Amino acid sequence: MSRIGVFVCHCGENISRTVDVERVAAEIGKLPGVALATDYKYMCSDPGQGLLKKAVAEHKLDGLVVAACSPRMHEKTFRNAAKAAGLNPFLCEMANIREHCSWVHEDREEATAKAIDIVRLMVERVKKDKALQPITVPITKRALVIGGGIAGIQAALDIADCGHQVLLVEREPSIGGHMAQLSETFPTLDCSQCIMTPKMVDVANHPNIKLYTWSEIEHVDGYIGNFQVTIRKKARSVDMDKCTGCGICMAKCPQKNIKSKFDCGLGTRPAIYVPFPQAVPNTPVIDRENCTYFKSGKCGVCAKVCGPGAVDYDQQDELITEPVGAIVVATGFELYSIAEKPKGSSIKGYGEFGHGTIPDVIDGMTFERLASASGPTGGKILRPSDGREPKQVVFVQCVGSRAREKGISYCSKVCCMYTAKHTMLYKHKVHDGQAYVFFMDARTPGKSYDEFWRRAVEEEEAVYIRGMVSRLYQKGDKIVVMGSDVLVGVQVEIEADLVVLATAVQPRQGADSLAQKLGISYDTYNFYSEAHAKLKPVECATAGIYLAGACQGPKDIPDTVSQASAAAAKVMTLFSRDQLEREPIVARVNERNCVACFSCKKVCPYGAVEEKEIRDRQGNLIRVVAYVNPGVCGGCGTCQATCPSKSVELDGYTDEQVMAMIEAL
Amino acid sequence: MHAEKQKHDFEPKIVAFVCTWCTYAGADLAGTSRMQYPSNVRVLKFPCTGRIDPVFILRAFQRGADGVLVSGCHPGDCHYMAGNLHARRRFAAFRGLLDFVGVDLNRLQFSWVSAAEGGKWVDVVTELTERIRAMGPMEEFKALETEECWSGALATPELQEAYKAI
Repeated sequence: MSRIGVFVCHCGENISRTVDVERVAAEIGKLPGVALATDYKYMCSDPGQGLLKKAVAEHKLDGLVVAACSPRMHEKTFRNAAKAAGLNPFLCEMANIREHCSWVHEDREEATAKAIDIVRLMVERVKKDKALQPITVPITKRALVIGGGIAGIQAALDIADCGHQVLLVEREPSIGGHMAQLSETFPTLDCSQCIMTPKMVDVANHPNIKLYTWSEIEHVDGYIGNFQVTIRKKARSVDMDKCTGCGICMAKCPQKNIKSKFDCGLGTRPAIYVPFPQAVPNTPVIDRENCTYFKSGKCGVCAKVCGPGAVDYDQQDELITEPVGAIVVATGFELYSIAEKPKGSSIKGYGEFGHGTIPDVIDGMTFERLASASGPTGGKILRPSDGREPKQVVFVQCVGSRAREKGISYCSKVCCMYTAKHTMLYKHKVHDGQAYVFFMDARTPGKSYDEFWRRAVEEEEAVYIRGMVSRLYQKGDKIVVMGSDVLVGVQVEIEADLVVLATAVQPRQGADSLAQKLGISYDTYNFYSEAHAKLKPVECATAGIYLAGACQGPKDIPDTVSQASAAAAKVMTLFSRDQLEREPIVARVNERNCVACFSCKKVCPYGAVEEKEIRDRQGNLIRVVAYVNPGVCGGCGTCQATCPSKSVELDGYTDEQVMAMIEAL
Repeated sequence: MHAEKQKHDFEPKIVAFVCTWCTYAGADLAGTSRMQYPSNVRVLKFPCTGRIDPVFILRAFQRGADGVLVSGCHPGDCHYMAGNLHARRRFAAFRGLLDFVGVDLNRLQFSWVSAAEGGKWVDVVTELTERIRAMGPMEEFKALETEECWSGALATPELQEAYKAI
């Protein structure tokens, strides 16, 4: 006979408001095998856990059910308390009567009845629980950082400074990300390149950082502490060891008019190129789609002029597999390109804004390149169409963001601040120019942020018009902006020379497919999901994978850097141990029953099932059975549901446990 | 503000077999977002839909479930890479089998609910509850179970009454 203790939590009023907790405890107390059923205001508090520990000793309990919040929230807390009380932690289960009951039902009677049911099922389950011993696995103390923007750079530097090896993988030819594209940064207006490029150089020179640029993640295997990552090193067509970065190939390349992605299409670059002069590494890449040699087999100028003979047209993509213990995902964002109608997306385009058809309607990042001293215009604000200095510039905020009817309901967070910055940069460069801003709200929380915005309005004379733009159209060489001023209640029409749209911040293209490779979850917009919105903002639900920067949600630079350092700290916490305790939720084979059909081997996603030979003392083979390697097993249980002879069981989710719950329905 | 709750003659019992990574988390999200849905569903958590044996569904029907919901991660999003795909294939075959033995397939629902889809969880549970409520109780398997328990048909009214009283 079991001696189970049941603790029903009030969660302040969160549970007791709709669930009669006393009645739940009283009803559950009547069940056979329940030695103690009680309720308490805050089970997770110190006195609450103390109550639990005391009860284990006093009532000689051999199983615990804590009826409280979701196990995703506090299972660990109570299992640790059980462990401290001398009970095997896997004999402690949580019944979720908050998220699955009190918060989703209003009728007290119904909610109480459901809570009793939920707890009853758990009691039956605990009766069948077995003590499990945690599995220890070694940790590979190397980290993988995906994305070489400011988030990835910060995380990589922090981890590397702590003495651990870091692999930094970047999709583009150079690290730097979006921050390298920015002109000046709010709220201090210091030059982005000046604070970014030294960090990029630090990465390149750090003995603990191995840089993979022009590379992508092909495949990820394994689990926390023991990942196997396959990196696709795309063919650069230039030997990185031989290249000295002299740049003569770029100067001599006859193809010169390819639009530069780094300059948002404003500038041009050759077919063999580095994206920007301060690139790290300073090794060019051949853009095979636009290179004359790759298109027609003729040319080969770059190879002829290269002194060290670094140009290698025959280079192939290379697949490299590296073991790592932890992964930081820092893939960043991109601006919602409203010019193109997104394919297969629920997001509707903004045809009425003329982005992509009217050349002088640009997005925020393009304006950054216009304002940047290292940009295509050398820092002069000039119209893309005719190179004239615009005297009236209209900025439109919330293009795409906060527009539920268009498909994106979130706020992109950085646009209010960068638009204020743009008006200032413009005013500093075109003294007789006038900036207008159409805005819905000015959202400027952050240290010195609101003061910055006020400065744009009060000192730099930007005219802020509260309201949205309905339409833009070209009239001669002007763009007519039609909108409304909702504070005054009038229609506004401005003849602008240049229009800058603060388009929404979105996750990178392909963020979802990377998430699928990593096995991490993402939201409806493809932003990666953190394990807990407040208490685990950098961890993924998948152990050993951490998030940094705008891939998790729109963020400015200070927030991104903070999160990157936080992710690095989490990695270092993991690496501070030599062994990792893993949940022993793994499959075990009953060798007596196994008929060696190896159906389990076919379905195992981890390749954890091996063929084990059973031999007698003389070494004669008796038979072959399946064996699950507990270090590799991920604990999904697909093998158990597949096994025709019921010879494999997943610890923690055995048939006996599940059936006990079903029987109690 | 809330509409007067309607009382129904029949409240179905619905059992949901869900995976811990997507649908369980999605149901948690429905809770943290304070969405409201019928209280008929009882959730059983599994690591993965791949762990869910069709026998569990049969047994749940026998033990009084009027409807069963199986829900996991969207294809491609499985925490264990492919468990949900194995589950999909397994349940596609299983549905055919249930149909063959005469179970109305409207009682069995499969769905994908991700950790971000609290609203979808509410919709799925609400729709299924209403559908099953309209269909009425599922008696067939329970009758079989009763016979099994008493090793044969319930011979006398007394025995029947005694069984009901348990």
